[in-house]
Amino acid sequence: MMVRFAKRILRNRLAGFGAGLLLMVTGLCLVTPFLGLPDPNVISTADRFSLPFEDGFVLGADHLGRDILSRLLWGTRLSLAVGLTAALIAALIGSLIGILAGFFGGKLDDLLMRSVDVLMAFPYILLALAIVAVLGPGLMNALIAVAIVNIPFFARNVRGVTLVIARSDYIAAARLSGRGSISLLLFEVVPNLWSVIIVAFSTTVGWMILETAGLSFLGLGSQPPQSDLGSMLGEGRAALITNPHTSVIPGLMIFVIVMGINLLGDGVRDALDPRLAKGTLQRSSPVTQVLRTGQPAPVDTQSTLDVAGLSTEFRVDKNPLRAVRDVSFSLNGGECLAIVGESGSGKSVTALSITGLVASPPAVITSGTVGFRGRDLFSEPFDVLRDLRGRRIAYIFQDPLSTLHPLLTVGAQLAEAMVTHDPRLTKPVLRRRAISLLEDVRIANPEHIMMSYPHALSGGMRQRIGIAMALANDPDIIIADEPTTALDVTVQAQVLRILDDLRRQKGVGLIFISHDLNVVSQISDRIAVMYAGQIVECGPSRDVLEQPAHPYTRALLASSPQIGAGGGLPKPIDGGLPRPDDLPAGCAFAARCEMATDICSASAVELRGSASREVRCVKWEAANG
Amino acid sequence: MGRYILFRAAASVPVLIGITIIVFVILSLIPGDPATAILGSYATPENVARLNAQLGLDRPLVQRYFIWLGNLLQGDLGRSFSLNRPVIDEILERFNATLILSGLAFVMCSVLGILAGVISATRQYGLADKLITFSVLVGISVPSFFLGMMMILYFAVNLRWVPASGMYALYGGGDLPDLLHHLVMPATALAVVATGVVARMSRSAMLEVLRLDFIRTARAKGVRERRVITRHALRYAIVSILPVLGLQAGFVLSGAVYIEIVFQWPGIGRMLVDAILTRDIMLVQGGVLFVAACYVLFNIIVDLAQLWLDPRLGR
Ligand code: SF4
Repeated sequence: MMVRFAKRILRNRLAGFGAGLLLMVTGLCLVTPFLGLPDPNVISTADRFSLPFEDGFVLGADHLGRDILSRLLWGTRLSLAVGLTAALIAALIGSLIGILAGFFGGKLDDLLMRSVDVLMAFPYILLALAIVAVLGPGLMNALIAVAIVNIPFFARNVRGVTLVIARSDYIAAARLSGRGSISLLLFEVVPNLWSVIIVAFSTTVGWMILETAGLSFLGLGSQPPQSDLGSMLGEGRAALITNPHTSVIPGLMIFVIVMGINLLGDGVRDALDPRLAKGTLQRSSPVTQVLRTGQPAPVDTQSTLDVAGLSTEFRVDKNPLRAVRDVSFSLNGGECLAIVGESGSGKSVTALSITGLVASPPAVITSGTVGFRGRDLFSEPFDVLRDLRGRRIAYIFQDPLSTLHPLLTVGAQLAEAMVTHDPRLTKPVLRRRAISLLEDVRIANPEHIMMSYPHALSGGMRQRIGIAMALANDPDIIIADEPTTALDVTVQAQVLRILDDLRRQKGVGLIFISHDLNVVSQISDRIAVMYAGQIVECGPSRDVLEQPAHPYTRALLASSPQIGAGGGLPKPIDGGLPRPDDLPAGCAFAARCEMATDICSASAVELRGSASREVRCVKWEAANG
Repeated sequence: MGRYILFRAAASVPVLIGITIIVFVILSLIPGDPATAILGSYATPENVARLNAQLGLDRPLVQRYFIWLGNLLQGDLGRSFSLNRPVIDEILERFNATLILSGLAFVMCSVLGILAGVISATRQYGLADKLITFSVLVGISVPSFFLGMMMILYFAVNLRWVPASGMYALYGGGDLPDLLHHLVMPATALAVVATGVVARMSRSAMLEVLRLDFIRTARAKGVRERRVITRHALRYAIVSILPVLGLQAGFVLSGAVYIEIVFQWPGIGRMLVDAILTRDIMLVQGGVLFVAACYVLFNIIVDLAQLWLDPRLGR
């Protein structure tokens, strides 16, 4: 455990460098007494301000002729010892306060945390000064001051984590079973606090060394003849201009130490704080990366939208997660194509891939074309694609609470959708159009809604705004990704009706993505069923619903509440999707299929049939030629 | 909104009271009595007793606190014995200098820090990001007092671009250009660490925001990337950067102590250090209280700014 942790830190090159710096400095400190250096406090006025390498002084001498190298090493020892001690004291007391407050809660928590709040109301250098003012100048007092000032940081962090642990079901159960508080604290709570304490320690120890050095620099810390790095720097300041070496040397030492600590501390935090770990905190670029091998095939010029051989994968680990595999379909104005599948089947990624909206990294489009009116979108420059987004191809997303900007008014977001594609539009025009868009989606009081923020509206209202935004530029294609999933049944029906009207009246091509065949049956002309990133069945809605050909489609229908075959109770599909980084060579559904035989898993199963009905199943192929 | 402002202001009253209690109590705990300190070694017991009575020091602590608080509310912070003048006069005279110094440093750290963070986040793992990340690391590791000294050596002594110390030229000067000429170096030295902290926070806040769903919505609308970054992502990230800015305000306000010493800037920080060294308790008390109160007030402003930016908070 310890070894693995250390390895994880050192894998980070910078952290390793920091650790190296610190090892070097501490090593020097440890051997200082055995180096045979001159006494750091011996005054020799004749050697005042000797330069480095002059008269046998390796780093020169200070204003009293004392050997700087010797003073530097002894001073470093002192600074490190004081800084670390202060950090340990702060960690100990702060964590104790945090644990008590978090674990016992109630009055004790109130009292402790109010006090901590008041301490934090002081800027902390100021508080340290006030404490030194009380205790009087001196290194010990500076140490105490710096430790006290950092207690609140530990207390707060530790309390937060303790609170979570103390409220966990596990602790509640243990309490009920009669275990005492002390035993729970020592054996269940404290062992889980190490990482937060270590992270807090690594964040603050550098500051504490800086702060003690600072107090000494001001003359409030170590008093002569004793001197740490801060007071060396403070003494050197008097001769800064005439003899800079007396201040540069200790200053650089402080810098090196703190830099080492910060480098190592960053490594420690990355290793301990999973939220900051690589991958989760990556920038997403404006367009999905496209890495296709070879020349892409020419696109179909007949249909409005033609997706051919599309494959998208997520490159996270060694094995890419293949989310979309060789998906093809086409769509014309006024049509509605539904893409159906369980969550994780690749339907959303397919939808987002069309205009390159899958977050990259880690997503990569590895093959296929998206033809829009005969042009391959992946071959066009980004600006062409960007201009099509929202103007010709618009999206409606699932959860409008997170997909609408929380800090911008509805009106501003609607106006932006329009002005992005026509900068000449003036404010009054934008306003008028926004109102009529809201009326189109049957919002009763558009003026009022325009000034509202999304959080203040109901889910159904928000979804209508999402639809209004998609309609803003009269697009040719609308891609709706689970647009009704977050809504209750009546609102769902209203939203479906709005969408259906729109495509019939305005001739919009609609791609409707859902896990729910029930919803899909109310609106779509054709249905494509997806499983493990592939289309497994595709055909006219009625045919697919009434005569499902693929075993997965049948299972999906049986699991759907109302249109389930035979009207019996919905029957959930056993098992789960295959892992997208370890897909089987043959049929991906084989593990869950009741009809599976050996040939199913032998080799890849192709999508077969005519344009009106395609199925990816060995059995179906055998029966229908 | 108006109600919230009142509420927020009221909520800070206990904190302000807490501050007065802490300042009063810890400084009353100081060993040795002020009368002896004031009268020096010539003090006779009778003189000390008379002065103690005069200063009200012979009464119980709680009573003394309320007397002190009453005076405080009338703007009376007591008298500095080392300077032989009312503490409040000294503070007000010096506060301007500190406010100018830390004010500029605060503006610098906010603007540059956020800018660096945004650039860094949008070019993640690119050259600009690496350069910024490295500079930030150096910036937060260098002691500001040491940095200040090195700046004096290089920019004032070697290059002779700016004066090494003070706030105005001794002869002539006194106008705004003269002030800026003196101010630029100390303010920069003071701002470096805070800028680094702000840049770090802004970078990670931006990276987090750029992953959120509404950013994808903006892109799906066809909004230009530059606008996605500024209007959509930064607008949202600012809300979580603001508290960090509040903390940095405290940092530049109190960290000014070092800079005022290094650059001989006539501000409150230098006054405080001198007061601590001469054990001028009244002056320390007044100075600490004044700076802490400014910090509390500033944080109220930060809270209100947050409310103004995030309509979800005010409900
Ligand atoms: S190919 Fe075989 S395993 Fe796959 S769906 Fe058809 S019958 Fe089932």
